[in-house]
Amino acid sequence: MTRTAWTWLILTLAAVALVLGPLDLTEFGIPYAGLKRYGIYILTLWLVTAVAAMGVNLIVGYAGQETLAQAAFLGIGAYATALMAKAGYPFGAAFAASGVVSFVVGILLAFPALRVQKHYLAFVTLAFAIFVWLVIRNEEWLTGGVSGMDVRRPALLGLSLRPALYFYWFTLAITAVLVFAMWWLLRSPWGRAFTALRENPIRAESLGVDVRMYTVLAFAIGSAYGGFAGSLYAPLVEFIDPAPFSLAPSLLLLLMVVIGGAGSFLGPFVGAAVAVLLPEWLRFAESYYLIIYAVLVIVMMAFCPTGIVGLAERLLRSRRRNGVQDGTVALTRAKQ
Amino acid sequence: MTVVLEVRDLAKSFGGVHAVNGVSFDVHQGEILGLIGPNGSGKSTLFNCILGQLEPTRGEVRVDGKTITGKRPSALNRLGIGRTFQLLQIFPQLSVRENLILAGQEHKGSMLSRLFGAGDAGLSADADRMIAFFRLQHLADEAAGALSYGQQKLLDAAMAFMAGPRLVLLDEPAGGVNLTMLASLKERLQAINQDTKATFVVIEHNMEFVMALCTRILVLAEGRIIAEGPPAAIHRDPKVIEAYLGH
Repeated sequence: MTRTAWTWLILTLAAVALVLGPLDLTEFGIPYAGLKRYGIYILTLWLVTAVAAMGVNLIVGYAGQETLAQAAFLGIGAYATALMAKAGYPFGAAFAASGVVSFVVGILLAFPALRVQKHYLAFVTLAFAIFVWLVIRNEEWLTGGVSGMDVRRPALLGLSLRPALYFYWFTLAITAVLVFAMWWLLRSPWGRAFTALRENPIRAESLGVDVRMYTVLAFAIGSAYGGFAGSLYAPLVEFIDPAPFSLAPSLLLLLMVVIGGAGSFLGPFVGAAVAVLLPEWLRFAESYYLIIYAVLVIVMMAFCPTGIVGLAERLLRSRRRNGVQDGTVALTRAKQ
Repeated sequence: MTVVLEVRDLAKSFGGVHAVNGVSFDVHQGEILGLIGPNGSGKSTLFNCILGQLEPTRGEVRVDGKTITGKRPSALNRLGIGRTFQLLQIFPQLSVRENLILAGQEHKGSMLSRLFGAGDAGLSADADRMIAFFRLQHLADEAAGALSYGQQKLLDAAMAFMAGPRLVLLDEPAGGVNLTMLASLKERLQAINQDTKATFVVIEHNMEFVMALCTRILVLAEGRIIAEGPPAAIHRDPKVIEAYLGH
C-alpha cells in the first residue's frame, strides 16, 4: 500500500472514530458503551482547544514567531459571540465576526513583531494578553466583568444544538473545515514562505519573500483561529467570565504546541489531548495530579524537544531503517 | 554596451569606521565582474548596501537607470536581482526541490493566486530543470540539510538563478568548495552567463577561480576601489600586491 493510501485510510478511520466516538455501539454487537455527557463535553473541549492551538502552531511552529496572547484571542472570540448572540444575531454571523475581529487585532499585534524578536516579542504579546484580560474584567458595562455572561447554544436549521452530542458534532464539522483550511494554507506557497520565515528570514527576503507581509499574515491567521475557537468555546461552556482568557491559558496553549510538536500538523491535536484529557485520566492521583503532570512535561521536554509527534516520527523512522536492515541481512543470507 | 548596474559614491559608516567610502563603478550587461580585496576591505558591506540589506550612509545605486537605493531586498529580488551570501544560506528542513520552488514562487502570480493555486506554484518542472542543470537530480527529494557542503553551495547558487534574474551578486560562491565541485560551479556559472546573458558580480578570495571566471576585476581596500581592469593586469598591479601583502 502506498503512503497516500495509508494516509487516507488513517484519516477515514480517525473521522469515523470521531463521529461515532460518543455513541453507544453495544446495540450493534460492538462492546463499546460510548461517552456520557461529561465525556462528550471533554471531547468537544479538546476540539475547541486544538483549534486555538492550531493558530499558535502557525505563529510559533511554522512562522517561527512568539505568542503568549492566544487566550486573549479566545476571549475576543468568546465575548464577540456572546455579545452578538445577546443582540440577536445568528451564530453564523457571530462566528464570522469573531474570526474577522481577531484577524484585524492580530494584524495590529503583528506590527511589534516586525521590530522585535524572540523573548522581546513574547513580552509584547504577554502585555497585550494582560491588556485584553483587564478590559474583559473591568469593562463591566460591556462584558459583565467577573459576573460573566450567559451564552446560549445556537440552533442549526431549526434543530437546537443544546444536547451535548449535537453540539459536539457541530463543533467537529467546523473543526474539520478549519483543519482543511489550515492544511490548504500550509501546502500552498504561503506555507512554504512561513517555513522560510522561521528557518532563515534574511535569505527568504533575498528570494523575494516579503517577510513583513508574511509575519503579519501568520499573526492575523493564527489569531483568527483563536477567535474561531473562542466563538465555539462560549456556547460550549454556556457561561463565560474572564478567568479562561488570562495569561495562564495562553502559556498552556503554547505548552500544548511544544508538547505536541511545534511545526507539525498533528502537534496541536496531540498537545491539546495531553492538556485536556491527561488531567482527566490523572484524576485518580487527586491532589498529586499537577505534580505528575509537571514531571511528565519536564521529562518530555528533556528527552524529546520535538514533541510527541516528533518522537513518533523518530520511532517510525528507526523502525523503517531496522526493517530495511533486516531485509538486507535476509537477502545476503539468501544469496549465500 | 548597456549599463545594468550603476553605483555612485556609495558609502557606509559604522560609527567612526568607514566600511565603504565613496565607491563608484558600472557593470555592463552580460559581464562577469569580480570584486576582490583583503578581509575587511568592505566587499560584503558594499553588496549589502547595493541589495538593501544595509542602508548606505550616502550615495546612489541604479539598475537599468532606475534608482533602487533604500528598496527592500524582497522588492529588489522581484525586480530581477538575485544574490547569494558569504555564509551558506539554504532552508535545511525543506527538500532540494522545495528550496528551488521557494526561490521562484514569489515571482509567480499574486498573493491570492499563490494561496488558492497549485501548491508548487507551477514551478516543479522549472525546479527539476534547475536541479538537472546543477547535476543534483539524485538529491531532489532529500532534505537540503542532509547534503554535503559542496552540494549545498551548488543549491545555494541554483536558488539565486531560479527566478531567472538579470543581475546576480554572488558573495564567495567558491568558499569551502572542493576542487571537483569548484570546476563544476565555474562551468555552470559560465553556462548560465552564456545562455541567459545575465550579469554577475562575484566576490571571491579564490584568485584562480576569480581570474578564470571574470572578465573584469575591481579591487577594494579600506572601503575604496584601488584598481580596476582585466584579470591579467590586476594580477600584476603593484597596488593590489601591496594591499594583499601589506608591503
